[in-house]
Order: sequence, then structure tokens, then C-alpha cells
Amino acid sequence: MLKYLLPLGLFAALLILLGIGLTLNPREVPSPLVGRPAPTFTLPRLDDPETPFDSAEQLRGRVSLFNVWASWCVACRQEHPFLMQLARQGVTIYGLDYKDTREAGLRWIERLGNPYRAVAFDAAGKVAIDWGVYGVPETFVIDKQGVIRYKHIGPITPKDWEEKLGPLVDYLEKQP
Amino acid sequence: MTAELGQLALIFALLMAAVQAFFPLAGAALRLPAWVAVARPAARAQALFLAVSFYCLVQSFVVNDFSVRYVAEHSNSALPLFYRIAAAWGAHEGSVLLWALILGLWTAAVSLFNRALSEIFTARVLGVLGLVSVGILAFILFTSNPFDRLLPAPPDGNDLNPLLQDFGLAVHPPMLYMGYVGMAVPFAFAIAALMSGTLDIAWARWSRPWTLVAWSFLTLGITLGSWWAYYELGWGGWWFWDPVENASFMPWLMATALIHSLAVTEKRGAFKVWTVLLAIFAFSLSLLGMFLVRSGVLVSVHAFANDPERGLFILAFLGLVIGASLLLYAIRAPAVKDHARFHWFSREALLLVNNVLLVVAAASVLLGTLYPLVLDALGLGKISVGPPYFGSVFAPVTAPLFLLAGIGPLVAWRRDDPARLWRQVRWLVPISLTAAAVIAALWFRVGDLVTLAFLATAFWLGATALLPWWQRLRRREGWRGLRQPAGFYGMTLAHFGLAVFLVGVGVSNHYSVERTVRLAPGDSAELGGYRFLFQGVRAFDGPNYGADEGIFEVYRDGERVAVLRPQKRFYRVQRNVMTEAAIDPGLRRDLYVALGEPLEGDAWSVRLYVKPAVRWIWLGGLLMMAGGLLAAADRRYRTARATAAVPVSVNATA
Repeated sequence: MLKYLLPLGLFAALLILLGIGLTLNPREVPSPLVGRPAPTFTLPRLDDPETPFDSAEQLRGRVSLFNVWASWCVACRQEHPFLMQLARQGVTIYGLDYKDTREAGLRWIERLGNPYRAVAFDAAGKVAIDWGVYGVPETFVIDKQGVIRYKHIGPITPKDWEEKLGPLVDYLEKQP
Repeated sequence: MTAELGQLALIFALLMAAVQAFFPLAGAALRLPAWVAVARPAARAQALFLAVSFYCLVQSFVVNDFSVRYVAEHSNSALPLFYRIAAAWGAHEGSVLLWALILGLWTAAVSLFNRALSEIFTARVLGVLGLVSVGILAFILFTSNPFDRLLPAPPDGNDLNPLLQDFGLAVHPPMLYMGYVGMAVPFAFAIAALMSGTLDIAWARWSRPWTLVAWSFLTLGITLGSWWAYYELGWGGWWFWDPVENASFMPWLMATALIHSLAVTEKRGAFKVWTVLLAIFAFSLSLLGMFLVRSGVLVSVHAFANDPERGLFILAFLGLVIGASLLLYAIRAPAVKDHARFHWFSREALLLVNNVLLVVAAASVLLGTLYPLVLDALGLGKISVGPPYFGSVFAPVTAPLFLLAGIGPLVAWRRDDPARLWRQVRWLVPISLTAAAVIAALWFRVGDLVTLAFLATAFWLGATALLPWWQRLRRREGWRGLRQPAGFYGMTLAHFGLAVFLVGVGVSNHYSVERTVRLAPGDSAELGGYRFLFQGVRAFDGPNYGADEGIFEVYRDGERVAVLRPQKRFYRVQRNVMTEAAIDPGLRRDLYVALGEPLEGDAWSVRLYVKPAVRWIWLGGLLMMAGGLLAAADRRYRTARATAAVPVSVNATA
């Protein structure tokens, strides 16, 4: 009898897991990093392995979005045209190409356009761990002092921008 | 009015599903023939109401009734008619209604075609399907009603997501759902068999054609999805290990295990309990896929409508359906006697290995899909799993599967002699290896072991699939030896399709070449022996988009082989830019051109690909599907009608 109950037991465990999963909204994971200075790193740039992307220098002095993406990420594909639109509106966006190959990342930029002021290339995903990146795409709003003010998980939609990210960026722009 | 009519029909369908679930199941338990007789008419009435309801939704799209919220959110008056119809299942509410409609159609088909079954057994099958339908229809009416009004009505709609404005994606969901939902039929057969306590060979025989047809549709749906991803998502990739792709792949793996295990149960009476469990698993994974896609627990491009309330509803539904099935299994399975004995080297044993490997493959996909969620739920941190995981886990599980698929059909039931088999196939090993090397050397380059392994495996599969035919031609009565049951032809065709698929994967993964170039009008670029001449870009005006259309002439040895017109589209309503690649398809190679960004002057950055044999991937899928349908058309499933009668044990009531 016991061995016949095994599938039911496994299923019950899965059900509990999914129930917990349901309470965790993957789009609203509170990041312990919000309100703290952005973790610093130095990585090679995607377009040029010789040039470093120094976060202490780049992510400071202006309000910016720090967008984590990868060429294998289908949701990023959906988000990309909107990032292009934001870049045309003058929003500063930096990118982190996460667990990707340089060739695939560059191909993405070539084909879909480049909304980024600069892209750091994080092949091993080590910097992403420091930033608490959970999946791609994720976007951090960083203020002029280099402090993380907001973390958005999943593709940014025009609605997200109108309701949350846009007003926050406008507000931060007005701060000293 | 149309929307209200659709809503009303939907409510009637729910009531009818409740009738179809309650009376037949209760009637079967209490032995009330009048209640049992309700099953067939109720099933057909439910299907009819669902068809009316779905027609009303499509009609709302056709006439641009933007006072219906769902239409306003997903359509636009400038959207061409074909996509307006397809938009009916382009988002959450409509696609669940399509799911329900297809379930209704499968149910009606069961009520029409299974006349050989006893009334009681049919009543149970239809009753179980009715229960599933009650859950789905309640889900639609309470959480995802596509007929909700939006007042005041907007002047025009939001338009359909441009990614979905495409032929491939218009036909992909219905085919995929035919497969997903079709798994409900073997599931209902399994549950009905557990209820009646008669897990006999006849039960396996009745389930088989249904399972085969559902599996064929699932195969076709996945193939179409992969084809769509290839030309629409770009980069020439054909599989992304996206959670939603995995959600369709897991039931496919399980259903593949099921059709093999059903063969053993029908032919030898073995694996009865295991087969029942597989039937439950296959449908459970279909439902789980729906939960993953609809609830928003996983982030994915396909996860269009996320809503915790919906997630909770589906989770509760999942718990009830699967939990009750597995409980019934735990109660009834111990009493089932498996008398069949078989040797370690027999077709039964090999099919058992096949089943174990397929289930392990499905489990590893499930693990990879749920992994981020598991770690998060356990509070262990946040990790993302990409294609690297699946690539490394999947290969070792499937490689032995491909090798075994070759010899499985050559081994006898019950007991065989490994030495005899070896004498049969020993020449095929060097032949496969040599053929792979020769092909690689002739058309491509030798050197990469992985590709050689792919090709050799494909030759092995193809050769072993044809070997029985060759033997029959030679040893037996000449051409009359080819007169075999359709099931045997179907199996050969499906295994041959697997070989074709492997050729496509191996060759296209390894020998594809690509290049990004900057081209001004009049410039040309060389790639893989082809010369791509850029003739410039002209403006192109689509129904709901404007586009820059590039014109490329492709030459080989000075001869023009194709003119390609890739587009960079701007969709006016959603303000989205889409890259529409142009492809010259062929069995030998695909030529693939995509426009990048405009550069200074008239120049453009352009992406060129030459992808050899990539079509074979989908050709293989189509052959597998054809094999499944051919096997389902086997005469013995039809003649079974005359001979079979269901033994119903009177004291085993559910």
C-alpha cells in the first residue's frame, strides 16, 4: 500500500511548494538592497573586452536604470522595444549582460538596437549574485548618489513605467 | 447581444457539464441505467453549448465589438480579419475558452466513437471528463470571463501583441491544446478503469488510439511552436527552454512514455499499474503546465495574464483532480495482479527502460522549470536556470533512448537472445558510423565528434527502423511481407521521423554560419558560398503597421537563387518595433536575412545566416505526428468493436 501512496505524497509536496510559490510574487520580491548604495564592481564592457565598466564611476551623478538582461531570455526580447523607446526619451539606461556569450549579446544589440549607454558583460553571473538578481530581466533604479531606489522584476511594460518607474525617476531627477 | 448570448451558452455548458459528471458517475455506482444513459446526450449538448459560446466570442472579434473588454484589449479595427479571429485565443480568457471547447469536442468524440464500450464504462469516462470540464468552466466564469463588458466602449482596441500576429502562432495554440486536452481522454479511461476495478487488456486497447491521436496533435503543436520561435523570435534558434515550452514538452515526454507502455499492456498484459500512473501523470503535467503559464509563478514571455486569484483557483483545481486521482490509484492499484513474466532481455524490458528514461527526462525538465521557485520557496536564495542546465542534463538521458529506439522493435516479446540480435544488427554499427563520416565529409567538414554522433545515431535509427521491412521482403513471401498492420507502419514512420529530427539538430547546430555586415545599397556580402546583394530599402505599408523593407538578391555561382525581403516593422497601435526576418527555406539549407539598425546614409546593419538542414527538425516532428496518426488508424482498433465486451465486476463499484 505504502509504495502506491508514494505518487500522492510527492504530489502533495509539489502542491505545497506551488502554494508557497503563489504567495511569492516573483515581480515583487523586496530587495534588501533598496535604499543601499549599489554594489560596486568592475567588469569588461560587452562591446570591448579591453575597456572596463566601472560601476562606482558610471552609476553615479545621474539617475539611471540598471537593466539586467541576456540574449537567451525570451522575456527580455519582449521588453527591448520599450527600452529603446525610453532611451529615445532621454532616460539613461545601463545594461548588465548576464550569463551570456559575448557574441550572442553583441548580436542582440546589433539586431534589436542599443538602448544602453554602456553594457557590462557578466559571463559568470558573479556580479548578478551581489546584486541579488533572481532572473532576467530585472531593472534597478539608481539615484544620483548611486543608491538603489527601486527594483523591478520582469519586463518593464508601459504601464509599469507610467505607474511606478516613471514618476520615481522624475522625482529623483528633481532631488539634488 | 452576441456577448451575452456567449455568456449564456457558457453557463448552460457549465450546467450541462455538471449533469454529465453527476448522473453518469452516480448512475454507474448505484446501477441506475436511466442515469447512466444521460452521459452521451449530456456530453454532446455540452460540446454544442461550448461551440456556440466560442462562436459568439469569435463573432465579437469579427465585428470589432470593443464594448467587450477582452476584444478591446486584444484587437483593433485595423487588424486583418484572420488575426482578429486568431486573437480570440491570443490571450488568457479566450485561450482558456478554447481549452474548454476542445475538451468538449474530445468528450463528444468519445461519446460518438466508443460504441463497443459498455454503457457503464462509457458513463464513467464521460463523467470524469465532465468533472474536469466543470472545473475549467467554473474557472472561466468566475475568474476569466471573456464576455465582460467594458463601458463606455473605447473607440478602438489596443491591438494584438505583434509577436502573435503571425500565421504560425495563430494555428499553434489550437493544435497544442488538442494535444494537451486530448491527454484528458486516456486519463479519464484510466480513472474509469480504476473505479470499476477492471484494469484489463481491453482497457489498454481502447485507450491506445485516443492517446495516439492526442500525442500526434501535441507533437504537431510543439513542432509549430518551435517553427514560430525560429522565424519570429529570431537568432535562428528553434528551442529556448522557456518555461512555457517546457510546459508543453513535459506532457509530451510523458505521453510518449504512455504510448509505449500502453503497447506492453495491450500486447502482454504487463505494466498495468504503471500505465495507469503514466496516464494520470501525462494529464497532470498538462494541467501543471497550465498552472505555470497562467498563475504567474514563473516569469515568461508567454505568461500573458498573471493574477494570483487565478493561480489559486487553478492550484485548487489541480489539487482536487490530481490528488483525487492519485488517492484512487493508491486504493485500487494494490489489488491489480500483474501476471506477465518477462526475461531481462525482451521487448518488455527494453520498453521499461524507455519508460524510465522518458520519465527521468520529464522529471529533469520539471526540476529545471521549478528550480528557481523551489530555491526561493525554501529561502535558499535566488538562482536563474537557463539553457545551460537543460543542455547538460538532457543529453545523457536521451542519448541511450535514441540508441534503444533502434533495437527495441527488433527484440521479441517475453524473451530474446542478445546474440541473435547482435548477429542481426552488427553490420549496422559500422555502416552508421561510416555513413555519418561520409556525409559530413561530402557536404560539410568532418571534425566535430558531437555532430558525428548525432548523424551516426540518426543513421542507426533510420537503418534499424527499415531493417524489419528488409528482412520481411527477403525471408518471407516477397512483397506480401510488406502487408503489415498500420500500427507497425506508424511506429516505423515515427522512429524514422526521430532520425530525421536528429539529422536536423546535429547538422544545423554545428554547420550553420552567420555574419553581421554593414551594407549600403549595391553592396554585397559572401556567406557559406552565397552572395547576398543588397538592393536597398523601400517603405512598405501594412494594414496596422508601417515597415522598412529591404531587398536582397541571393546568388550562388553567379545564378540568382532567391530574393529576400526582410522587414523592420513599426506597429502603430502598440508602438512596437518588430524585426520580420525573410527566409528562403529548403531541405538542404535555409537562407535567413534580418534587418538590424539603419546606419549612416542608406546603409543598414544586416544579419545573414545560412542554416543547413534546419527544416529537418520540423520535418522530423511532422513525420512523428504522421506516424502517430497512422498507428491510431490501425484496423484492430475498429474491429475491436465487434469482439470486445467489457467485463464489469459487479461487486467493485466506486
